[in-house]
Amino acid sequence: MKKHNDNQSLIPLTKISKFDPIFKFILIGAAAYTLLMLALILFAVGEGSKEIFQNEGFNFLTNTDWNAVPGRESFGALPYIIGTLVSSGIAMAIGVPISLGIAIFLSEIASTKLKTSLSYIIELLAAVPSIIYGFWALFVFRFWIVDFVEEPLHNLFSDSLPFFAKTPFGIDVFTAGIILAIMIIPIISSIIRELLLVVPNSQREAAYSLGATRWEAIKIAVLPYAKSGILGATILGLGRAIGETMLVTLIIGNATGLNAIPTSLFSQSQTLSSLIANEFNEAASELHLSALIGLGAVLLLLTMVINVVARLLVYKMVKTSNPGGRI
Amino acid sequence: MSSKTKKENNDYIKRRNNIHEMMSKTSNKKIYIDKLVTILCVFCIIIAIIPLGSILFEVFKNGSSAISFEFLTQKPGSIGSGKGGIGPAIQGTLIVVSLASIIAVPIGVFAGIYLSEYAKSNNKFAFAVRFFADVLTGLPSIIVGIVSYIIIVISIGSFSIIAGAFSLSLIMIPLVTRITEESLKMVPDSLREAAHSLGAPKWKITIFIVLKTATSGVITGIVLSIARIAGETAPLIMTILGTSLYFSSFTGPVDALPLRIWRLASLPYESAHAHGWGAAMILILLILGLNIGLRVLTRRQNIATSKDT
Repeated sequence: MKKHNDNQSLIPLTKISKFDPIFKFILIGAAAYTLLMLALILFAVGEGSKEIFQNEGFNFLTNTDWNAVPGRESFGALPYIIGTLVSSGIAMAIGVPISLGIAIFLSEIASTKLKTSLSYIIELLAAVPSIIYGFWALFVFRFWIVDFVEEPLHNLFSDSLPFFAKTPFGIDVFTAGIILAIMIIPIISSIIRELLLVVPNSQREAAYSLGATRWEAIKIAVLPYAKSGILGATILGLGRAIGETMLVTLIIGNATGLNAIPTSLFSQSQTLSSLIANEFNEAASELHLSALIGLGAVLLLLTMVINVVARLLVYKMVKTSNPGGRI
Repeated sequence: MSSKTKKENNDYIKRRNNIHEMMSKTSNKKIYIDKLVTILCVFCIIIAIIPLGSILFEVFKNGSSAISFEFLTQKPGSIGSGKGGIGPAIQGTLIVVSLASIIAVPIGVFAGIYLSEYAKSNNKFAFAVRFFADVLTGLPSIIVGIVSYIIIVISIGSFSIIAGAFSLSLIMIPLVTRITEESLKMVPDSLREAAHSLGAPKWKITIFIVLKTATSGVITGIVLSIARIAGETAPLIMTILGTSLYFSSFTGPVDALPLRIWRLASLPYESAHAHGWGAAMILILLILGLNIGLRVLTRRQNIATSKDT
C-alpha cells in the first residue's frame, strides 16, 4: 500500500476519497478503545480500593483477620493470597506436564486424521464454562476424588506427613487445584501445540538424520527450540488459574480469616476471586466493599504482571521463528 | 551479526555432540523409552478427555429429567419447592449476550481492521493495542465485574442489564479484535493490489474486498467469543445481580443461566440441584451448539469452495 503512494505522482490511479480519512479515524478510535478499557480498569480498581488502603495501609496485605461486623471491622488479604497461590500451584503441578504431553502428541506423534479430531475435542473442553466445571465438581467429581485419591492418601500418610492430615471430604484446596488443572489443560496445551507447529521441520530432520528416535528428536531439537514459548504458555495458564472464580467458589470450602490458610491438602481455603464473588453482594459497609475491591486490586496486579511477562515470552518465540512474517 | 552466527554455530555443534553422544550408547533402551513416551502422551490425552466425557454424560443424564416445557418457560418457584423453571434466566442470557455483542462486534472488528490494514509494522500505537488486547484477554473476569460495578452500577444507582452487557463487552472486544486481525491477515495481498490498480479508494478495498474475503473467519471468531461470554458468571454477579422475574427495563436487574446455576448449586435442596442440572444442560447445549454448528457450517463451506475451484 505504501509503495503505491510513492508512485502516486507517476500513475495517479487511486481516487482520493473524502471518506478515507473519516474511515481511518473511526478505526483508530476503535483501536484506542482497547487502551481506554485498560485505563478504565486500572482507574476503577484503584478508585474502589482507595478506602481500604487508606485505612489499613500495607497491613492489608499482611493481615489475616476478616471481620465485616460494623464497628469491629478488620480486613487482611494474606490468607487469600496464600490460598490462591496454593490452589494454582497444585493446578500447575498437575496441569503443565499433562498439557505438554497432549501438545507433543498432537503436534509430533498423532496422524493427521487423529490430530484434527483430538484437537477439536480439546477445543470443546476449553469451551465448557467454568461454572459447569464447578457444578460437576461439586456433585460428581468430588466423590471420585474422596474415594480414589484422598481417602487412600489419608489412610496411608496421615500420621507421617502433615499434607494429608485432615479428614478429607472433597471440598478442599486439593480438589480445587485438580479442577483448575482440568480447566487450564486445554488452554496451555493448545498454545504449546501451536508453538510446536511453528518449529521448522529442518530441526526434526536434522535429528532424525543423525539416528535419533522420535522422542530424542523432540527432546533435543523440538522442545529446546520452543522453550521460551512453552514457558510463556505455562505462565498464561497460571494467570488463568489465579483468576478463575466460579469453580473455585463452589469447591474450595470458602473459609475466611486464619482458617483460610491451608495447613494440609485437605483443608478448606479461599482464593482472592472466590471471596470477592461470595461477599460482593452482601457487603456490610463501604469499607467491606472497598476491602473486597482491594482484593481485586491485588488480583489485578498479579495477573497483569503474569500476562505481560507471558505475552512477551510467546511474542519473542513467534517473532524469532518467522522473521518475515507479519506477526 | 557474526557473533550471532557464531553462537548459533556453537549451539549447533553442541547439539551435534549431544546427538553423537546418544548415538554411541547403542542399545534397545532408546526404543523402549520412545515407546514409553508415546504411551505417556496417549495417557495424557485420555486424562484430559475423561472429564469432558463425564461432564457431558452427567449433564445430559441429570438435566434431561428436569427439562419440560414448564421448566423452560416458568419463573422460578419459591426456594426449595422444586416448582417453576428458568425462563427468566434463559431470557436474560439472550438479552445480555446480544446487547454485549452489539457493543463489542463493531468496536472489535474495526480495531482488528486497523491493526491488520492500516497500522504499519513498526507502529508503536498498534503494537500497544495488540499487546494490551492480548493482556486483557488474560485478565480475570471478576475484575471486569468490579470495574463495571464501579463505573456503571454506582452511577446508575442500580444493578442493570446495561452494566452486565458492558462487562461482557469488555471481555469480548479484545477477543474479536485479535481474531479479526488474524483473519484479515490471511487475505492475500494480490487481492488488495488488484483492487488498488482498478482505482478503488482504500476504505472500499478494505470493506468490500478484504473484509468480505475474510468474512467466514471473522464470523467464526465472533461466534466463538459469543459462546465464551455466554458462560461467564463472575462479572454478572456484580452487574445484573439475578432475579426471579422476567425482563422489565434496561436499567433493572435480570437473571442469567450461569448465575442461576451458581445460585442453585449453593442451595441445600435436592430439587434445586435438579434444576441446576437442567439449567446446566441448556447452557451447555447453547454453547456447544454454537461451537459444533459453526464447525459443521464452515466445513460445509470449505467443501463447497474447494469444489468450485
